[in-house]
Amino acid sequence: MSQPGDATTGQTVPAKANCVVIGAGIVGNCLVAHLSRLGWTDIVQIDKGPLPNPGGSTGHASNFIFPTDHNKEMAFLTLESQRQYIEHGLNNTSGGIEVARKPERLEEFNRRMTSAKAWGIEAELLTPAEIKKHVPFINEDILLGGFYTPSVSCVDSLETGTQMRNEAVERGALQVFANTEVLDVETEDGPGGPRVTAVVTNKGRIEAKHVAIACGVWSPRIAKMAGATIPLTPAVHQMADVGPIDILQQSGKEVAYPIVRDMDTFCYERQTAGSMEVGSYAHRPIFMHPDDIPSNEESALSPTELPFTADDFDQQFEEAIDLMDMLGEAEIRYAINGLLSLTPDANPVLGETVEVRNLWSAAAVWIKEGPGIAQIVAEWMTYGYPHLCDPHTTDISRFYPHEKTEHHILARCAEHFNKTYGIVHPREQWASQRGMRRSPFYAREEALGAVFFDARGWERPQWFESNAKLMEKFPEACKPREHEWDARWWSPITNAEHLQMRESVGMVDLTAFNEFDITGPGAMNYLQYMCVNNVDVPVGRSVYTPLLTPHGGFRGDLTIQRLATDHFRIITGAFDGGRDNYWFRKYMPIDGSVTFTDRSQGICTIGVWGPNAEKTMAKIVTDQSKPYDVSQAGFPYGAVREVLIDGVPCTMFRISYVGENGWEIYTNMEHGLRVWDSIAEAGKEFDIIPVGIGVYAVTGRIEKGYRLMGAELESEYNPVEAGLARPKVKSADFMGRDAYMKARDEEPAAIMCTLSMDSQRCAAGYDRFPTGGNEPILTLDNERIIDAKGRVSRVTTAGAGPSVGKYLLLAYLPPEHAVEGTKLQVMYMNECYPVTVERAGAKPLFDPDDSRMKS
Amino acid sequence: MRILVCVKRVPAPGARINITPDGQAIDTAYLGFTMSPHEECAVEEAVQLVERHGGEATVLTLGPAEADEQLRYAASLGVAKAVLLPIDGPDWDPQRTASAITAAIGGLESADGPFDLILFGNESADSGGFQVGIRVAHALGRPVVNGIKGIDVDGDTLRARREADAGVEVYEVPMPAVLGVKEGINLPRYPTLKGRLASKKVDVAQVTPEAAEGGQRMITLLPAAEQVSATVILGNGPDAAAAVVDMLEEIGVLK
Amino acid sequence: MILVVVEHDRGTMSPATWEALAAARELGETHALTIGEAADGLVEQIGVFGATTVHQVHGDVFGDYGPEAWGAVVAEAVDALHPDIVVATGTDRGNEVMAHAAARLDLPMVANVIEFADGELIRVRWGGSLLERCSLDAPVRLITVAHHAFAATESPQTATAVPLNVEIDPALGRTVVRDRVERAAGVTLATAPVVVSGGRGVGSADGFAPLLELASELGGVVGCSRAVTNLGWRNHTDQVGQTGTRIAPDIYIACGISGAIQHWVGAMASKKILAINTDPEANMVTKADYAVIGDLHQVVPAITAEVRRRRG
Repeated sequence: MSQPGDATTGQTVPAKANCVVIGAGIVGNCLVAHLSRLGWTDIVQIDKGPLPNPGGSTGHASNFIFPTDHNKEMAFLTLESQRQYIEHGLNNTSGGIEVARKPERLEEFNRRMTSAKAWGIEAELLTPAEIKKHVPFINEDILLGGFYTPSVSCVDSLETGTQMRNEAVERGALQVFANTEVLDVETEDGPGGPRVTAVVTNKGRIEAKHVAIACGVWSPRIAKMAGATIPLTPAVHQMADVGPIDILQQSGKEVAYPIVRDMDTFCYERQTAGSMEVGSYAHRPIFMHPDDIPSNEESALSPTELPFTADDFDQQFEEAIDLMDMLGEAEIRYAINGLLSLTPDANPVLGETVEVRNLWSAAAVWIKEGPGIAQIVAEWMTYGYPHLCDPHTTDISRFYPHEKTEHHILARCAEHFNKTYGIVHPREQWASQRGMRRSPFYAREEALGAVFFDARGWERPQWFESNAKLMEKFPEACKPREHEWDARWWSPITNAEHLQMRESVGMVDLTAFNEFDITGPGAMNYLQYMCVNNVDVPVGRSVYTPLLTPHGGFRGDLTIQRLATDHFRIITGAFDGGRDNYWFRKYMPIDGSVTFTDRSQGICTIGVWGPNAEKTMAKIVTDQSKPYDVSQAGFPYGAVREVLIDGVPCTMFRISYVGENGWEIYTNMEHGLRVWDSIAEAGKEFDIIPVGIGVYAVTGRIEKGYRLMGAELESEYNPVEAGLARPKVKSADFMGRDAYMKARDEEPAAIMCTLSMDSQRCAAGYDRFPTGGNEPILTLDNERIIDAKGRVSRVTTAGAGPSVGKYLLLAYLPPEHAVEGTKLQVMYMNECYPVTVERAGAKPLFDPDDSRMKS
Repeated sequence: MRILVCVKRVPAPGARINITPDGQAIDTAYLGFTMSPHEECAVEEAVQLVERHGGEATVLTLGPAEADEQLRYAASLGVAKAVLLPIDGPDWDPQRTASAITAAIGGLESADGPFDLILFGNESADSGGFQVGIRVAHALGRPVVNGIKGIDVDGDTLRARREADAGVEVYEVPMPAVLGVKEGINLPRYPTLKGRLASKKVDVAQVTPEAAEGGQRMITLLPAAEQVSATVILGNGPDAAAAVVDMLEEIGVLK
Repeated sequence: MILVVVEHDRGTMSPATWEALAAARELGETHALTIGEAADGLVEQIGVFGATTVHQVHGDVFGDYGPEAWGAVVAEAVDALHPDIVVATGTDRGNEVMAHAAARLDLPMVANVIEFADGELIRVRWGGSLLERCSLDAPVRLITVAHHAFAATESPQTATAVPLNVEIDPALGRTVVRDRVERAAGVTLATAPVVVSGGRGVGSADGFAPLLELASELGGVVGCSRAVTNLGWRNHTDQVGQTGTRIAPDIYIACGISGAIQHWVGAMASKKILAINTDPEANMVTKADYAVIGDLHQVVPAITAEVRRRRG
């Protein structure tokens, strides 16, 4: 009796399929199962290698899951994946201990305890003696402590994948062809851009409506055939199996002892029956081009089990012996330079490729998150966006063109590879590939002592050292932070800039904005469909609106200016520009009635805000030669006007993300420097200062409670919960309308709130400052707060509110807690601090009626 | 006992060997390297003999600078000393190789005394010349037997066993001697972590090899003839048993 | 004149020698050299394969095989008889003896030739997975011919036996076979008509039980891949491969063996090959005559059961 999923020699592939999935590793196998569960049929899965192990990264993976992650999406996907492995009976709980050799690591463990608490993962800090109880053969003398997670497990990814694949076959939804190599991916051009049409293999051509690339290290190669880019590089991760080891053999089990992650040496030790597998992320980055990966035949073991370069592992062997003396006498029985996939920001790349319609990427995925990721890709393909969780971190459309070059991929991967077990600060800045995108004001900013942070390649001033003297003016607000972690990648100057701006006037470089022009006779109707709020505003007006997914969660949050009847300009931030660019182009009508033009590279932006902004701009804004009336009466909030500033054509937009009177001022790149200088000159009499993103994105915004896409706004939440639902809903249809209307009819399960810390005093006797990295909000009984939809309350943004004199947090709370005055706690670095709910909903804490902006 | 083992760095291929476009070498882009399988066993045998009888083992290779990897591997198993005879470019022919090794052995023996036993692999995995060890032994005036699958030390004599169709042949070879060893003489150990780390500290002595070219010259490598007939699939899974037995009957194997 | 060194074990000529004689005939008039009195009775057999003269060397030291002694004889024979080419068998002994002769004569020697090509030679590398075209520049060319490369065609002659007197150093007796442990009667891996072999796919030492049963049922023996011997599941004596045993059975049944090149060269002389594997593109499968795609743990017992059923 042949097994389901058998593929026999010489069989040709079908001429047509609904969907071709390329790859039979953990992702491809789970993807076909999830597609079939969602009702997909006529799926063909191909892999150039044999089954059950085609020779990709899955075949030699270490197969263990440490669920705690500081990133919500990755933690969620890992927990969901672990659940799916458990469902298949292929999850073997062993427990896992991260051990610290250095003091900084103990601090990081506090952070991990906090994230574990946030996600409901049982975890415990251990002393060296306690570690020894779990792992008797460890040398606890060199350790300072441990972070123990009892739920850490080892899985059988090969068998899970096989079962998943068989599930789809048994459902009659899938045919599988092993030993079938992709030679080409055909596309057809059309008004909506290229669309995938067929996969050509060495066993025939398959016409296909959808193609999913789930082939790990080979993914860029396959994508390239279709004219798309999947930005990853194959990279070596060394591992060695050493044994036999008596105590492990005597255990009689595959994994009897907790897996040890030796965090400060970037290595792990995992029992495999009588041997110990030692793996390393400490060696020099070793990359391979996808085209250079050997075939199954050419490989002594497999294409992703490459010959071991022993020299690169010697230090790791030494350190492993230091940790576990018994390894010294163990034999090196198997050692490889294993291949896995790395992306520039170390996160998977999922979703429809931006270049080719119906060509899907499910690449750069680890075993620990494989099944969950396969599920969201399947949902994405089915519903237009995943339901399970928001793939904001993993969305392939996040990358800008310069981030998809081999140059960039290799440089960033070389930088982050050795940080796989590293301590990475949430605000940590990249060292490589800096200076890729600079605004026209860069030289001015540099001269003003700008400390630049990288925003998707843009060098943006986070604060200006030239403003340091302002700290003497506002000493109370500018106290230094005592703990080095809180003070890292931060300056008290930000608070001084904030107060000075609110007192007089400041100017902010916002060139990193993306501007998309939507033009044509169909433009208004098109945007009306894409946006929640009414876009049919008069020319010269604007709309601030969410965009929803088909199931009513946030997909975008942006402003749109109506520049002419058939000309709209979308303004969206640096981090979501790529995703929004893709989203708008994807849903555009293809009958020629709408044109999309990305104007971002040609436009620069300056924000000017403060009580003296009007007076400053009044000096230089003209309508030809006549002074322009920039008063609230003459130029109301939300208006968009073409003006001249010092003779330069500019677009001024009265709006503010920092809650002050003022404008976003747009002009062509070539004019930018002149406009900057004009404003700086005009503002001198008002002591105008340059203001950094520390104010724009954190302090200014948080005092007003302004939500940020990717932080407060995600597809798991709807506008009602986020406090962004307007009193009325336009009658026109829009994406996500039905779900939105339903949400409006219901009681929200969560409400976005602003909280303040009543005390920041830690046990050691100084103040701490949460970074806004998913710190859980807890009841006074130290319990997690979970809403009716199962979402946990956690801090989405944290920052100082210098004008209100408090340290502020934004978090969703279920209705019973979302009451002003409610007392709760926030956990930060494993300590709890009292907090109070200041605002439930969108009403700002600072200047609640927006008088500073609008009157 | 003072034992010398001579090894050769060879690629470790998978199921297919690619020849470079100029036909002069194997494409080793994807390949790791090792010493020939017979030689791995020779190294293990040397280490075991030293463990049993005391003394010291030395490993020697004529090869590229990268052959340091093979010398250190031998060191990680317990070989105490290592000698590299570095060459550039393509392999040397067997006469030239033997000549250079003989000269190097002369130098080593003048310095530290004679080797009781010199071990070679029966033949190298790649070029398979079957002669270097024998040439070296003859040049040194020492007895040599190939194909050895068992060695016992009995005073000044080595009792060496060899498998033939008819049974096991036993040779008694007086030391100092040379033996060509075959895989199967032992099951080589893997290096321990400590062994690996210790091997990094071994000083690899370098001796410049000098020898005239011999009379055998490689002109080009060629792929082996490919089987062209298609495989007949008798079936899938246990259901194919009937077809298999039909075939066995047909070819006359079932009596 | 082409001089063929006859390989024999105490008077029994090896089949490889027939091939060597046939190969030598391609090159020219063929003589043969026998060492030891035990080989005197082989003259007629040698003639069947086309040698016209058999040079016989006698001596006490030649009572049994001794590589140095035999190599010295060949060197002396070259000096005495001035052949153009000396051909030996590409076997353990043949390669060894020729290497000894070459060392004594300080001449090059080319092992395992499979073809003569316009004055150049095609020889075997990697046990047969690769070939090499080489030139041999020497006044007397010393070669061995790869076993199974030349057909052992007959060309009956009446061969004349001629004694050949050679002087060799009696000390070379030091490497004559001193003792023997005779093999128990029965088939060996090298001579079995049926070999049932297992690779890593068998899973464990115990996993070989079904293969042993099938082999026994078919009157054959069990073999294995190098991976299996390295894992300690079976003895090296069972290993089929470049550094193990080269087999030439009527049928080779390879179970769960992917077919790395060093294994293939040990098996490729089999008359027929049946591969049992889950991977239809495994090297072993694509090179085999027959294949069953499936799990050996199910397929092998099924074959054994069917064989028994038909035997009744």
